[in-house]
Amino acid sequence: MNTIRPMTNSSNNEETVLEQGTPAIDLQNVTKRFRTPSGGVYTALRDLTMSVAHGEFCAIVGPTGSGKSTTLSLISGLERPSAGEVRVMGQTVEGIDPRIGYVFQTDAVFPWKNVLSNVATGPMFRHQPKAEVLARAREWLARVGLAGFEDRYPHQLSGGMRKRVALAQTFINEPQILLMDEPFSALDVQTRNLMGGELLQLWSTSSASVVFVTHDLEEAIALADRVIVLTAGPATVKGIYTVDLPRPRNVAEIRFDPHFIDLYHDIWEDLRNEVMISYERAKQRG
Amino acid sequence: MNVLSNEVREQTTDAPESKEVKSYAAARRRRTILVNVLRVLFIVVIIGGWELGTRVGFIDPFFWGQPSGILNQLVIWVTQGTAQGPLWEQIATTLEETLLGFGIGVVLGIIFGVLLGTNRFLADILGPYIKALNAIPRVVLGPLFIIALGLDMPSKVALAVVMVFFIVFFNAFQGVREVDRNLLANARILGASQRQLTTQVILPSALTWIIASLHTSFSFALVGAVVGEFLGSTRGIGLLTQTAMSTFNSNGVFASMVILAVVALLMEALVTALEHRLLHWRPNTVSDVTI
Repeated sequence: MNTIRPMTNSSNNEETVLEQGTPAIDLQNVTKRFRTPSGGVYTALRDLTMSVAHGEFCAIVGPTGSGKSTTLSLISGLERPSAGEVRVMGQTVEGIDPRIGYVFQTDAVFPWKNVLSNVATGPMFRHQPKAEVLARAREWLARVGLAGFEDRYPHQLSGGMRKRVALAQTFINEPQILLMDEPFSALDVQTRNLMGGELLQLWSTSSASVVFVTHDLEEAIALADRVIVLTAGPATVKGIYTVDLPRPRNVAEIRFDPHFIDLYHDIWEDLRNEVMISYERAKQRG
Repeated sequence: MNVLSNEVREQTTDAPESKEVKSYAAARRRRTILVNVLRVLFIVVIIGGWELGTRVGFIDPFFWGQPSGILNQLVIWVTQGTAQGPLWEQIATTLEETLLGFGIGVVLGIIFGVLLGTNRFLADILGPYIKALNAIPRVVLGPLFIIALGLDMPSKVALAVVMVFFIVFFNAFQGVREVDRNLLANARILGASQRQLTTQVILPSALTWIIASLHTSFSFALVGAVVGEFLGSTRGIGLLTQTAMSTFNSNGVFASMVILAVVALLMEALVTALEHRLLHWRPNTVSDVTI
């Protein structure tokens, strides 16, 4: 699965030292089981194999409860696989890698910190000099369009603005790997399109490899270089699709592109069955 | 540099002043005045009725006191001092015991609450003992403290500490357990060490719970100090009450009650100020019912 990124990559820093063949993220036959509170075992992922190339934007779609988020927590090191191997930059994941950024589905900004210190949190945790960190935090706030909101607290912001804070908080750490767990799913449709475009813009100035989990197929195709479809849980890879739409993309309008519609058709064929399976199961459980 | 700012602009819309707004404000003002008038009227009727009842012989002032007698007692205490020394000295003693007990109890409660809240193993071991200790009515420890620590301040402080400790402890413990898992995960990803997690994520988010417990625990600290003084002391408002009781001076009991109420209300205001200072990031504080 070799994809060529039409986007020009600005950086040629240390990561080119890495062997060209090594993927940024590599999951080999990964299985993840959880213990349920009632004492049973729940298998979220079964024998999942996938990889993400350097600088690639990869979207994962799948029905609800299909272990999409679990995949991300395995890559981030928040959870360990029950079987199989997870590698990041060629190294087996054994804890939280400082090169990883993670944007969560729900609000995860710190409500007791104002916007500026929220953005500065990561570098401050990493003991970087305060004056320099604050200057960089201001810069990132300006970049996500929140200049002038430094002293506000999260509860004073709209959902979209809190998401921007979360993005700045993640990007300031200059992650080489960016994990996003349905980051815009709580936003209204217009804001979501807007944020998608802004994300692509921020990403284009970095060299990060992205794994973007979503249940929204349109969003996945509009943003990604590659879309991976997962089966209904326990999840494994159902299909992989290359999205060869040119960049830069207009996220709000790309859905009218005939090629976009073709892609949507193909992938939906695959996804539909899984969605039905998961829906039937949920009905039986309920 | 600013590429992303569409959403931000619409935030600053100023509402046009209108007649509607003004008449609404006037209605609110009228209501406030009415409430205050009725408030004053209420207390005048209660105290006036009490005074009248004692004058006409409906209430026996020897057992139930008399508002004018209470006032008289207060004036005597303020101007001539009490049997055990000047009034301010009694207030200062009780206040010192309360504040010391409160401070020590809060600090210990937070330390143990956070420690056990973050360490499940330790919590499992000590859990039953803490529950058992909490089940004991803690004032019964008073006599023990008097025997062990004497009639002076330490025994009262100790009683206030145990009264406060458990309240703060349980709140801190629960607060730590309720920390949002997303916030913890986010902090770890952003690079927090275990210590940074505790001081910068767990503590601030448990603070809401801890602060909520401060109102209750302050009144318990006062109870601890005063009960300690009842049991045996050489100074304090509790002793004042106790002396009045043993001389069948019901006005004296009421007068010391008034002093305690004033002290408690002042301290309550301080705790509220502290709460606003520490929880300024919250949209609205729901820690206590305000009347």
